[in-house]
Amino acid sequence: MSQTRKQLLTDPLVDNNPITLQVLGICSALAVTSSLNVAFVMSLAVIAVCGFSSLFISFLRHYIPNSIRIIVQMVIIASLVILVDQIIKAYAYEISKTLSVFVGLIITNCIVMGRAEAFAMKNKPFESFVDGVGNGLGYSLLLMSVGVIRELFGAGSLFGIMIFEPVSNGGWYVPNGLLLLPPSAFFIIGFIIWGVRTWKKSQVEAREYKIQTLEEH
Amino acid sequence: MSKPNNILTKFKNMPVDGMTKTLFVAITLCLVCSMVVSFAAVNLKEVQEVNKAVDKQKNILQVAGLYYDGIDVEKSFSSFEPIVVDLNQGKFTNRFDPLTFDDRKATQDPQLSIPLKEDPASIGRRTNFATVYLLKKEDGSLDKIILPIHGYGLWSTLYGFIALEKNGNDIFGLQFYQHAETPGLGAEVDNPKWKAQWKGKKINNDSGELMITVAKTQKYKDHHIDALAGATLTSNGVDNLVKFWMGEAGFKKFLTNLQNGAA
Repeated sequence: MSQTRKQLLTDPLVDNNPITLQVLGICSALAVTSSLNVAFVMSLAVIAVCGFSSLFISFLRHYIPNSIRIIVQMVIIASLVILVDQIIKAYAYEISKTLSVFVGLIITNCIVMGRAEAFAMKNKPFESFVDGVGNGLGYSLLLMSVGVIRELFGAGSLFGIMIFEPVSNGGWYVPNGLLLLPPSAFFIIGFIIWGVRTWKKSQVEAREYKIQTLEEH
Repeated sequence: MSKPNNILTKFKNMPVDGMTKTLFVAITLCLVCSMVVSFAAVNLKEVQEVNKAVDKQKNILQVAGLYYDGIDVEKSFSSFEPIVVDLNQGKFTNRFDPLTFDDRKATQDPQLSIPLKEDPASIGRRTNFATVYLLKKEDGSLDKIILPIHGYGLWSTLYGFIALEKNGNDIFGLQFYQHAETPGLGAEVDNPKWKAQWKGKKINNDSGELMITVAKTQKYKDHHIDALAGATLTSNGVDNLVKFWMGEAGFKKFLTNLQNGAA
């Protein structure tokens, strides 16, 4: 893989992470991170949809009329999402019950649409595919990190395997119920963004305006 | 050159943003995508239906205490006998094939269900026919009765099964297989420790009054289930739905008939 292609894949992991830097795709990150199994399947689904939608859109990019390009992108993304949803229902039924509507909502995930519009419409198919997968991976990385924190401290387990025996089963750990509720993901993502931007100063956005003190007038 | 080629060249030279090509792209894309989607849906449907059926069977095995990891669900399930019950008569009926009869569809069908005036479980309509599962011992005598129950909790309708001993009054277990209650609070209806409370509790007292209650404070030891901490509304929902389905509008008639050998 050439240097640029490798960058396409690795850049979205930390340096250009769709969630922490661009703050896209938050809604589903809140909903599906309460257990790792679910987060993992959701990650795979997003990687697949993001990669392949970019690939197909890039193939068609010279034939897509400008006036209906968003609709064309949506149709391709939606078809892929339905496909993924059907496959999950067929081969991972238990998890599909928990994911329920959130697989369908990948259609509205801004990351997928964003990559299609910003990258796949202007670049070659293979590069677009790599870019899509890279962004899917960036999303997954954050999803899994949030999932680890929420499941470990919220339920005392990882991937459903008991790590801290909770009190309700006769153990010692008092699970933090807040972590299983969607708002906790907001806090965790907030802290992660704070952490990443402290570590990589270049990600800090310039202030749009500064509150001025009276003396400066 | 022949004529078709001319049309083709003409079409090729049209601008991408023109009306003709826009329509062409839109229609072709929709056709291709719909074909892909319907192909997947039709081909995967069978696997999905099997999954659903196995999931239901698994839950019936769980509520009867027969499930463990790695069990052959379909084989173990053969010890159950599914039968459709007419709830108004309280008797078995052979009007429907129990293997294909769908209680949930029947609930939506005005021919097969009734609207509820008194509706503690908030389900709107009640089916007139429900599929129950009888667990038989090896000698063919009745061991346990598995009844389908459902009702509204806080966020969602909880669907589940209640398993009764052969006397139709002692509870063996209760299990919900579908709900969307709050994880960590209402969803604790799935907690094994909470579910274990149901075992051995009695639905009716000796004079036949409906006594089973999910509540914070204990009134009658034999009929009391501790409510879930932090999930009052889900607990109330479970209380209501169990009372409803075990009451006159539910399975009471059938259970009485079954005891008298009149079902």
